[in-house]
Amino acid sequence: MEPIKQHSGLVYPLNRANVDTDQIIPKQFLKRISRQGFGQFLFYNWRFDEKDQPRKDFSLNSPKYSHASILVGGENFGCGSSREHAPWALQDFGFRVIIAPSFADIFFNNCTKNGILPIVLKETETQQLIKNAEATDYQLTVDLTTNKVYDQNGFEASFDLAEYPRQMLLNGWDEISVTLTHADKITEFEKSHIVY
Amino acid sequence: MSSPKTIIEKIWEKNVVYEESGKPALLYIDLHLVHEVTSPQAFEGLRLKGRKVRQPKRTFATMDHNVPTIHTNVIKDEVSKLQMDTLKKNCQEFGIPIAAMGHKHQGIVHVIGPELGLTQPGKTIVCGDSHTSTHGAFGALAFGIGTSEVEHVLATQTIWQAKPKTLNVKIDGQLGTGVTAKDLILALIAKYGVNFGTGYVIEYTGEAIRTLSMEGRMTICNMSIEAGARAGLVSPDQTTVNYLEGREYAPKGTEFEQAKAEWLSLATDPGARYDHTVTLNADEVEPQVTWGTNPSQCIPISGQIPNPDQAKNPNEQNEIKHALTYMGLEAGVPINSVPIEHVFIGSCTNSRLKDLEQAASIIKGRKVNPNVRAIVVPGSQSVKQQAEQKGLDQLFKQAGFEWREPGCSMCLAMNSDVVPPGERCASTSNRNFEGRQGTDARTHLVSPEMAAAAAIAGHFVDVRTFA
Repeated sequence: MEPIKQHSGLVYPLNRANVDTDQIIPKQFLKRISRQGFGQFLFYNWRFDEKDQPRKDFSLNSPKYSHASILVGGENFGCGSSREHAPWALQDFGFRVIIAPSFADIFFNNCTKNGILPIVLKETETQQLIKNAEATDYQLTVDLTTNKVYDQNGFEASFDLAEYPRQMLLNGWDEISVTLTHADKITEFEKSHIVY
Repeated sequence: MSSPKTIIEKIWEKNVVYEESGKPALLYIDLHLVHEVTSPQAFEGLRLKGRKVRQPKRTFATMDHNVPTIHTNVIKDEVSKLQMDTLKKNCQEFGIPIAAMGHKHQGIVHVIGPELGLTQPGKTIVCGDSHTSTHGAFGALAFGIGTSEVEHVLATQTIWQAKPKTLNVKIDGQLGTGVTAKDLILALIAKYGVNFGTGYVIEYTGEAIRTLSMEGRMTICNMSIEAGARAGLVSPDQTTVNYLEGREYAPKGTEFEQAKAEWLSLATDPGARYDHTVTLNADEVEPQVTWGTNPSQCIPISGQIPNPDQAKNPNEQNEIKHALTYMGLEAGVPINSVPIEHVFIGSCTNSRLKDLEQAASIIKGRKVNPNVRAIVVPGSQSVKQQAEQKGLDQLFKQAGFEWREPGCSMCLAMNSDVVPPGERCASTSNRNFEGRQGTDARTHLVSPEMAAAAAIAGHFVDVRTFA
């Protein structure tokens, strides 16, 4: 996967809690057998009406956000289904960083396997970012080498990320290749492990 | 003597292949379940790198998510058909056993694992599906994974995992008449919210859990993910052992006796400590109905639609307003006066033989309300066959329910079983998210008994007084 060390980009604010993966990518688009091309279906039921026309009242349809690459959302972001099509759709649409006060476990994990950086900030901080992004074209920089998020007007916040996913993201490692360096240990384990 | 341990710690220790301090452990996976929707990209990844499946015999595949439940001999949806054909080809190429369409074991992956005896206490089980938590009912550590991890498990039979925190959900008391496992888990999520389990593995304990059937325990563990927990489990006991004895893939004879002793020894030791504990009193739980767009937006059947003005904070107020608009409901309306147009009895939460029997027991010769379209979708070919032997299909059909072929069906509406925009469905499934059962469809989660009663009444009704 593509490594991510530092990223600067336009912020898209999505001020809703419990955004589930059914919302991020509805089930009718899960029938494809490739990983590519899911961006066009991102937030489909919010972006398009029953005649597949863009809904004017949904902010992501505004040309203002067409180049957004950092999404700031509400708590429990990515809850529900384990579908990895959700991070695939976000990535294909152009998002590299998702910031929220909390994430659902599987979604968080799926992001880190695809070179998307999920960042947990305090709710006061995410609310500040959402306010800024709603008011103007708001640029933010995320630095995974220092675990910092900052803008040009003095906002700065630190975040924690476990060292394992952090290194995976920084280096863009293929996880299976890493694991296969332990193949002898797996073979040894299997010799005495009983499964009925 | 070593200190008392939870079942979660015992399974963890048994299955760690390798660990370094401060890093996730490499955990061995005993059973990998595979279905058509979340696997094609994983197999493609293996092919691109020239990798094999490490343990095809610890892998089992079926088709469930987008299979049709009527006219199953001709699959009209070409894109779905390609996905199913791709799974078949992948399983052939990599030597994985598969219960495809038409196979006697085909069904919802979380229904067939247990009924075939593939699901057993102490196993680590993964599947590219968040409701893999269902298998925890047997005292297995079972959780959903994404497609990248599906590929990882196929290639290595392991997964990198941080040791989970443990959450004891203690449910004491007894279920009242007409109150089910579904009502317990809905009431629990209504009480503590949709993310109280995030970062934890739940163990369900207490008198109410002990007295539940395996089917009831599966319903509870199934919805652990709706509380944010990737896995939820129940320590094995005699109920677990009795369920597994004689199942196709369960050990037989002396091996069964040996397995049984090991399984029972996995149960949490008295005095073991958890990172956190929450409680619920089953005596106080009424039949539940969700009114909103996440499973915590739920009230007892005697309740009224909540008022956003009485929310605890602006965030919650915002959420309630959104949900009421989407659901087309007004604050203060008694839930038992809300009319419905659809009923869905099925899904990995509530499509087992016991669920169908309980739903059928409500009918008592009555008919589905003329304004309602009601479908029953058994969880597997085996459930369907057993139900038909008991005449349940006839009971349902005579009452005006449609009797379908097994699959996930209207739980996520990937096939043609869809709720039309703006229409309302009483559903025994697990998610009432926006658009889940169809674009702009309105889902209310209930137990099988409550769904059957609503089908007949044409609106939600208290199953305890529905004579």
